[in-house]
Amino acid sequence: MAIIIDENTNVLVMGITGKQASFHTKQMLAYGTKIVAGCTPGKGGATVEGVPVYNTVREACENHRIDASVIFVPAPATKDAAIENIEAGVGVVVIVTEGVPVYDEIQIVAYAKRKGAIVLGPNTFGIVSGGKCKIGIPPNQYFIEGNVGVVARSGTLTYEITGNLTANGLGQSTVVGMGGDRAVGLTFIDVLKMFEKDDQTKAIVMIGEIGGNSEEIAAEYIKEMTKPVVAFIAGKSAPPGKRMGHAGAIIERGKGTYQGKVDALTAAGAKVAPLPFDVPQLVKEALGIK
Amino acid sequence: MKMFEYMGKELFAKYGLPVPKGRMATTPEEAAKIAEEIGGPCVVKSQVLSGKRGKAGGIKFPNTPEEARKAAEEVLSMTIQGLPVQAVLVEEKLKIDKELYMSITIDGSAKQAVLIASAYGGMDIEEQPEEYIIKKHIDPELGMMPFMARDVVRKMGIPIRSPHGKEIVNIIQTLYKICLEKDAELVEINPLVFSDDKVIAADSKVTIDDDAMFRMKDLPIVDDKSPAERAAKDLGLSFVELDGDIAVMANGAGITMGTLDTLQAFGGTPKNFLDCGGGTGREATAKALDILFSLNPKAVFVNIFGGITRCDDVANAVKDQYEAKGGFPVPLVIRLVGTNQDTGREILASIGVEAFDFMEDAARRVIELTK
Repeated sequence: MAIIIDENTNVLVMGITGKQASFHTKQMLAYGTKIVAGCTPGKGGATVEGVPVYNTVREACENHRIDASVIFVPAPATKDAAIENIEAGVGVVVIVTEGVPVYDEIQIVAYAKRKGAIVLGPNTFGIVSGGKCKIGIPPNQYFIEGNVGVVARSGTLTYEITGNLTANGLGQSTVVGMGGDRAVGLTFIDVLKMFEKDDQTKAIVMIGEIGGNSEEIAAEYIKEMTKPVVAFIAGKSAPPGKRMGHAGAIIERGKGTYQGKVDALTAAGAKVAPLPFDVPQLVKEALGIK
Repeated sequence: MKMFEYMGKELFAKYGLPVPKGRMATTPEEAAKIAEEIGGPCVVKSQVLSGKRGKAGGIKFPNTPEEARKAAEEVLSMTIQGLPVQAVLVEEKLKIDKELYMSITIDGSAKQAVLIASAYGGMDIEEQPEEYIIKKHIDPELGMMPFMARDVVRKMGIPIRSPHGKEIVNIIQTLYKICLEKDAELVEINPLVFSDDKVIAADSKVTIDDDAMFRMKDLPIVDDKSPAERAAKDLGLSFVELDGDIAVMANGAGITMGTLDTLQAFGGTPKNFLDCGGGTGREATAKALDILFSLNPKAVFVNIFGGITRCDDVANAVKDQYEAKGGFPVPLVIRLVGTNQDTGREILASIGVEAFDFMEDAARRVIELTK
């Protein structure tokens, strides 16, 4: 199994003719991802890494079954691109683009909800089902098949922690990047529920950060879960009132603090790793591996 | 981008919201002139992007133009929470019968905007008991419809058909319109006051979504950044100054926070947060390194786990800085793994820099070098 995507997922790359998109198309193909189409308005008929390019998503959908799309267009064009995919019936939309205005994000997320589509991002590294399919930008070599589910708000920290898991022989069922922005498609609970149901997943690593209250809300659900959860929360050393890069990573009015999140997760039965490289040991303990 | 109070009020006025008579001044003479136009008791308010202006003495109540001149002179020479006062807002002094609270902000967990209102304003809304706070999430497909605004007014305990009630219904809808049209991630009026049968915005806090500035060409730009923050912002990078001695750069907000946490856990002190982002090229990365050296740290720590960021770009940037500076003024420790790692390490080897594989080891090393 695995969640959201697997070896049969057909992928479209939005903005495929761009520099970053074509580079990552090549990387995704190398990982084994089935990229069947690309879309760049005005570049229809071209090919990138052997992938046919269409002018619109509808046109691509007339020629291929598209299960998921990954969006690499500039921020001002992202709302249009995301909604074009959802409107065409694509079920999973991965928005890599950073810097999307928050009211555009709110509209994308609301429309996806109405159409029953899953949105990852904006500002996500993407999603990887270990050894099966990678959609997004993470470096290939750190993601291998296994039974640890990973869910995160931030990208590079996820590579760091997943890289450590892989180095310790702990492969992943699926690694899900929800995105670092305030209004993103999924919540921790949405993903935890999918992992709880997934046969392949035996333990879950949750990578959160200061700001907002999504970790605290997730803690309520963790209480009911049968699978072990190991968490890391970034931003312990962050001073209040300073936004640490992500739109949501700010301690405001005493809320969203490191300690508040750690306390909520610990009370719910999750194990919280003090530092990123402490995660593999806690996962091993949770899985009963020596 | 946070706007000064006077800018927020100008924006409110453009949308027809009731604000006190008055305007901004940068000299005592202008302040006196505005007070004369108002022709009665005034308020002189310091314009800084910080709360607690009243407690700091940054709000004065002159009765005459001469008193206003003196008040403005005094306030304009103040520094409030480290911010020099460069302008004052001179306004009519309102007769205040009642203070309320009204704001719209983004609720990330609901993925919607949320209206927060209270019939008891004036102080920090977080200090109000929960039962006095009314929250209404705004469905982006419906917007803030009149009936929703009326229901908020009802819950505030204000008669809907009273002059106050009707005005608040209008204010609620207008605030949401401002949010959408100006990409405001926060509009706050605290206090919103009852003055006889009028309802007036006695204060304003407006924050525009930085990510939407590209389409907000008609708004004034407020620049409250330090030179290093400004330089980072111009490169499109996220930077926060801290007070330790190790300058830090990593690629990604989460890993940058994780790097600071790690340094601190091992007994080091970070001098800054610098997220050099994803896919930042050679030139911008070199400039980002230059910002780190400009902070005069005891050491520089670069922690890169390349995904969209390519290790060869980072290594070349390090080399460019090495050559431009004729060697590094303080030790540089780099952890470099991920996309194009081998090429990157060859480049670093050519200038005698060895890259670490693990953040843990690199963090320990950089702390050692600062002891």
